Amino acid sequence: MLSRAADSLYWSARYIERADFLARVLDAAMRLSALPSSYAGVSAEWESAVATAGVAEAFHAKHGVATEASVLQFLAFDYDNPSSIVSCIEAARSNSRAVRTALTSDTWEGVNAAWNELQRLEPDVSDHEATSRFLDWVMRTSLAFDGSAHRTMLRNDAYWFLRLGMAIERADNTARLLDVKYHLLLPEREPVGGSLDYFQWTTILREVSALTAYRWVYRKAVKPMLVADLLILNRQMPRSLAACYEVITSNLDHLAEAYGRSGPAQREASAILSRLDRSKIEQVFRGGLHEFITGFLRDNVRLSATVAEQYLI
Amino acid sequence: MPAFNEMHEPGVAGATSPKVREVYARLSAWLESAPPVLLAARRRQAEHFFRRIGITFAVYGDDDAEERLIPFDIVPRIISRPEWTRLEAGLEQRARALNAFLLDVYGKRECVAAGIIPEDLILQNPQFSLEMQGLRPPHDVFVHLAGIDLVRTGPDEFYVLEDNARTPSGVSYMLENREVMMRLFPELFSEHRIAPVETYTDALLDTLRSVSPRAGDSDPTVVLLTPGPFNSAFYEHSFLADKLGVELVEGADLFVDDAFVYMRTTDGPKRVDVIYRRLDDAFIDPLCFRPDSILGVPGLMGAYAAGNVTLANAVGTGVSDDKAVYSYMPELIRFYTGEDAKIANVPTWRCREPDALAEVLDRLPELVVKECAGSGGYGMLVGPTSTHDEIETFRAKLIANPATFIAQPTLALSTCPTFTDTGLAPRHVDLRPFVLTGADKVRITPGGLTRVALTEGSLVVNSSQGGGTKDTWVLDA
Repeated sequence: MLSRAADSLYWSARYIERADFLARVLDAAMRLSALPSSYAGVSAEWESAVATAGVAEAFHAKHGVATEASVLQFLAFDYDNPSSIVSCIEAARSNSRAVRTALTSDTWEGVNAAWNELQRLEPDVSDHEATSRFLDWVMRTSLAFDGSAHRTMLRNDAYWFLRLGMAIERADNTARLLDVKYHLLLPEREPVGGSLDYFQWTTILREVSALTAYRWVYRKAVKPMLVADLLILNRQMPRSLAACYEVITSNLDHLAEAYGRSGPAQREASAILSRLDRSKIEQVFRGGLHEFITGFLRDNVRLSATVAEQYLI
Repeated sequence: MPAFNEMHEPGVAGATSPKVREVYARLSAWLESAPPVLLAARRRQAEHFFRRIGITFAVYGDDDAEERLIPFDIVPRIISRPEWTRLEAGLEQRARALNAFLLDVYGKRECVAAGIIPEDLILQNPQFSLEMQGLRPPHDVFVHLAGIDLVRTGPDEFYVLEDNARTPSGVSYMLENREVMMRLFPELFSEHRIAPVETYTDALLDTLRSVSPRAGDSDPTVVLLTPGPFNSAFYEHSFLADKLGVELVEGADLFVDDAFVYMRTTDGPKRVDVIYRRLDDAFIDPLCFRPDSILGVPGLMGAYAAGNVTLANAVGTGVSDDKAVYSYMPELIRFYTGEDAKIANVPTWRCREPDALAEVLDRLPELVVKECAGSGGYGMLVGPTSTHDEIETFRAKLIANPATFIAQPTLALSTCPTFTDTGLAPRHVDLRPFVLTGADKVRITPGGLTRVALTEGSLVVNSSQGGGTKDTWVLDA
């Protein structure tokens, strides 16, 4: 298929995934900030939401202090912020439009309908209930996009590029969340204990919709090292780095098979996956959680560039 | 003189009720028996269908989406098989002559040597392309697609109004009009034997494949080159690419290496053989034409000149769209085919000729005056429907620059019954059949796009001027 078409599919999926992640982060932050401060402490949650979204610099240039209202406005509704939810949906839709015929009508109509709905949106960040409803709608939009692609698209390169974009973006999001919050998971904090940490850990899990998953997998109270294990190494957990790389390698393998050759993208991705597979969480902590995460983020960005180089331009 | 209503036998003075023509008998009976509420309901349904398709138009157009929802009339226009057979022969003859003419224009110019057409009309034509001089496109085909506009004034009187040999559009309406009609009026389709139009996309693909520059290649790569989503016809481009099963490419998707054209794919560069381009000459190659064009492909003309890629249509075909050149078509047809034109031209005064100019100036209020290079119904004077001031303003323009105008009598274009706010009423129509010329043969889909002037009495059918469309049936008895 045309490189430009593959590029548009890849980015449609990335933007949808990013919108979904932002909605989950904001949803968790709203929840945490609603807790009495004796439990949650003076919440740095809004500041950390901005950092997790990777837009701290642009945010502070525009708003200064991170408050609930300013962060919700900037991350959810601000068209001037290219990484806001509304910008992501708009970008996903314009990428989809450029390859309309490569998507099934169900998938295209879903993203187009979401965009149409945005045109009617009148955001009011002071209205908690409306904002929650909006975030909920964003999450359902991404589910509908994924679901219709999964249910209706031919299993060919168009589908594989879509899945690849989703998984690379998702790995990036999970890693950035860990990067911002790694200090909460470090073992030396454990003795501190107390409700503050507990709520922080469960918030991390909530941000990737993994609180229930945690209990099913470990059948234990929430422990920071196991939170890290779940989000980094556990392949059962669909947002973990390992699970994302399983999706990435398998879709790259499909492409290699269809085109009759593999290249640097396949090699890089499988190297990253086997590194994750060989790791034990204790080792990761010994070597430094922060270093591990920043290393992973770097590798993931490099893979994205390699994929672009190999297929998309 | 009253216009010919295609549903009725030409009126006899004093006759009270007109006689329905044989070919319209069933439709007429059906229209009469159908309760008005049913017709109104079907009309609303048609609007609904088109709005759904129209959503697809609208999302592309953003702000100016509205103007691209071209009105659709539910009453079909019918042409009998014998009538069509005659038209088909005339269209094929015309397409062959157009190709022979353009080959000659960029070759030996025998038509000039033989005194058929003045040389300056060719060499000073703004559409004449110096780059094409001496260049023979693959298989000597210039006009792979022509949208030859026909008008009718009586049972047997058809005229060619324009040849449209550059990048004619509108074929997606022909296909979608039929699609909607079949959904809305299945009973009419079971009562009539209507020639299908869905074969158009296969015919187009066969035509494009036949002109591949690679001799003996059984699987040439065809692409459709669009200016992009912001072009007003983008919907048609993506619709056709989808139906043809070919890639819809923009200029940036193509590149030229060593005089071959490639497209950038996820599987590496892929050689392109045939480009169905919906991009005007001026934009296709910034190295050759407009250097500021970012829509084209640098080096494309070089690859074309080397014979490594086919452009459909060829570059420089606009020469034959010039309305002064058009006026010579009957002579050119005779010159190249040895036959008389099977479909007549509209009589045309060339204002560049002093005698003709004098007569035109004398009769301005009754004539239609057009710019030689104009299209789309813009920049023309329709004498009978213009005010005195408009006519005098135009007169000044004409005197200042006579060579850039031609004039024609105001034809009483035929009408077809059309659904209006006050029920069925006659409205003026024209017909654009789509004529495909390949290396092997000429292919013509029965019928074409009927355009209708929805305003009572109006003769201007262009969609940019408030025209609508109808499904067009070629009826086997």
